[in-house]
Amino acid sequence: MTGTKKTGSRRLTMLVLLAFAVVFLGAVVWLGEIWQEEALVTDFTRKNLAPCQTHPFGTDWMGRDMFVRTVTGLSMSIRIGLLTACISAGIAFLMGLAAAVMGRLADGIIGMLIDLVLGIPHMLLLILISFACGRGFFGVVAGVSLTHWASLARLLRGEVLQLKESQYVKIAERLGKGRFYVAFWHMAPNLLPQFVTGLILLFPHAILHEASITFLGFGLSPEQPAVGNILSESMRYLVTGKWWLALFPGLLLVAAVLLFHYIGQTACRLIDPGSAHE
Amino acid sequence: MKLEAREVSFRYGSGGRRVLDRVSLTVESKEHIGLIAPSGFGKTTLLKLLAGYERPDSGEVLLDGRPLAEFEDYCPVQMIWQHPELSVNPRRRLKTVLLEADWEKEAKDRARIEGELGILDEWKERYPAEVSGGELQRFCIARALGRRTKILLADEITTMLDLVTQGEIWSFLRKELKQREIGLVAVSHSPKLLEKVCSRIVRLD
Amino acid sequence: MEKEILRIERLSVSFSQYGRGLARRRLSAVEELSLSVYAGEIVAVVGSSGSGKSLLAHAVMGILPYNGRLEGRIWFNGEPLTQKRAAKLRGKELCLVPQNVSYLDPLMRVGEQVTGGRSSPSRRGKCKSVLAGYGLEAGVERKYPFQLSGGMIRRILISTAVMETPKLVIADEPTPGLHPEAAGRVMGHFKEIAKAGAGVLLITHDIELALLTADRVVVLYGGRMIEEAPASAFSDETKLSHPYTRALCRSMPKNWNPDGERLCDTGDILSYMRKEYGR
Repeated sequence: MTGTKKTGSRRLTMLVLLAFAVVFLGAVVWLGEIWQEEALVTDFTRKNLAPCQTHPFGTDWMGRDMFVRTVTGLSMSIRIGLLTACISAGIAFLMGLAAAVMGRLADGIIGMLIDLVLGIPHMLLLILISFACGRGFFGVVAGVSLTHWASLARLLRGEVLQLKESQYVKIAERLGKGRFYVAFWHMAPNLLPQFVTGLILLFPHAILHEASITFLGFGLSPEQPAVGNILSESMRYLVTGKWWLALFPGLLLVAAVLLFHYIGQTACRLIDPGSAHE
Repeated sequence: MKLEAREVSFRYGSGGRRVLDRVSLTVESKEHIGLIAPSGFGKTTLLKLLAGYERPDSGEVLLDGRPLAEFEDYCPVQMIWQHPELSVNPRRRLKTVLLEADWEKEAKDRARIEGELGILDEWKERYPAEVSGGELQRFCIARALGRRTKILLADEITTMLDLVTQGEIWSFLRKELKQREIGLVAVSHSPKLLEKVCSRIVRLD
Repeated sequence: MEKEILRIERLSVSFSQYGRGLARRRLSAVEELSLSVYAGEIVAVVGSSGSGKSLLAHAVMGILPYNGRLEGRIWFNGEPLTQKRAAKLRGKELCLVPQNVSYLDPLMRVGEQVTGGRSSPSRRGKCKSVLAGYGLEAGVERKYPFQLSGGMIRRILISTAVMETPKLVIADEPTPGLHPEAAGRVMGHFKEIAKAGAGVLLITHDIELALLTADRVVVLYGGRMIEEAPASAFSDETKLSHPYTRALCRSMPKNWNPDGERLCDTGDILSYMRKEYGR
């Protein structure tokens, strides 16, 4: 049947795109690492060049190559994104499990914490925490990590509450199994798929928020290569017609975010048994 | 051991319909009871109270004169449910179901029960979705028949299974329960089945 | 001899499925199945879950899932039954009483669902008389599905089927979740349908119930037909040819022996079947 062939190639396309996304993002991180020195090289003989063959993204007012700078900045953003997303997801996982293991009072407190974090506007809380932690690398990481766990935690907690009512968990309790056994052996395996997709879907958020807070001046310090810094510096030159200073870094940032989003959704679909045979 | 429900009443939630209204039932090890009641009587709910899954709103459930709630560790009253696929964690291999049973890992009885229930070694490595309902129910039964189990509650345990499996399961249960002097309270839609398996039929209405 | 309503010849149904990664395989669910249903007759197809009995119903109705493939031939009322023709006859001459209560639209009054949305006064009148014929009190057609009990919903589903005087009614597990008396009543309704001249294909896992109503019983195992026998043959297992069918017969609780060494001695039939049929 032709129908089956089509669905088969759909899965293949999905995997190819997934591989491309992973390779692309990996390359950005790796290039950013080896170009760290190069991004700082200034050369006033080539300042303010529009995009050309040798400098595909153009150069800035100090003659720095914008392509190299953008990649280094994005690499930094992605690394911070990975770190903060992992910390956030870890917090969310622990909160979700704690709601299961530690009884009603802990569950109530966790529920309140989640509502609290979700209730305050994201950016505001992010700026507050980053500022309180002294800005810079540590401030950004603390800010993003401490603001992004709540929605995933709520998802996991909901799952935990449902699992608590499931027959096999109740049977395990009657068989004399303790809370930790149940949390570790019965709940954790069921939370894993949500956790993995939640973690991957956190990346784009974390990256974007890192860039925005740096752009606003509450994040990484100006001498560090970061997309947020590049964009905020370019603001001053935009009016003089240096459009490439903002356009390409901005596009690359959007591309990275979209790719992460795509990876998350694909992983979600591949893990979900409902579409397993597509 | 003697399991006793004294005038238990129960309703789900606070505003729900009263499912059980002052029901009493006594069962001893060695005794095999078949419960017959009209549909909607709340037979499953009664079994859940007897096994300690729910607490009665009024009345009490006593095991050897002690409230069932006091047995905090392993509950000597174990229940087998109608839907085996809901009774096992879908994300864990089936061997873990057997490991939850109340046996030492290398106990002879464990191996004997698995053998007599016809549990194959190859099934143990599979996930619940990869075996049939009948195969799954055998795992649930093996798990419920741990060392300290004294009374077994069976809620329509073979209703969803094919006849041959039903016959095998009840043949095994009758022999095993007799041999280990484990009490039984069984609910089934088939009066014929209860008649052949049980020593006493209790009609509730 | 009555007229042959349905004739299935060497029907196979298979599915394409993903294994691990990208490997795709064909999974055969029904293999080389042949059977006939005559007018005024109830044929029961009996098998445990995974024996392919529901797929048989779906194949005849032309509603297999998208990754299913059908081989073999089906005749309905003397003419080949193509997917197109099945689609045209569905709900008219060819009716399915589905297994699942969720086939009813929860937001639609029962009456509208029984008349199929075409409510002329004569249809409404017929709807009322059909419902009354199944012992559903007047006014039930104005209710929504959630207001009815499981047994009543079964009867509504059957009413939907007989509104159109069908030639063939396929009942896919019509009784799970019903207590024995209600199940017996539902079976009685199918008997009436057959008496009125339609063929009934009863698909069930409950062989005892099937024996109460059916004229012929077809036993499926692992997608293959292992026995076709008149219902009366099951009262004497020597009249049955396949060892599994004999074991089925012995496994009925009424044939159990509470005083024997084993309650029900079916030997090692299941491992024999696993060896022979691969599942």
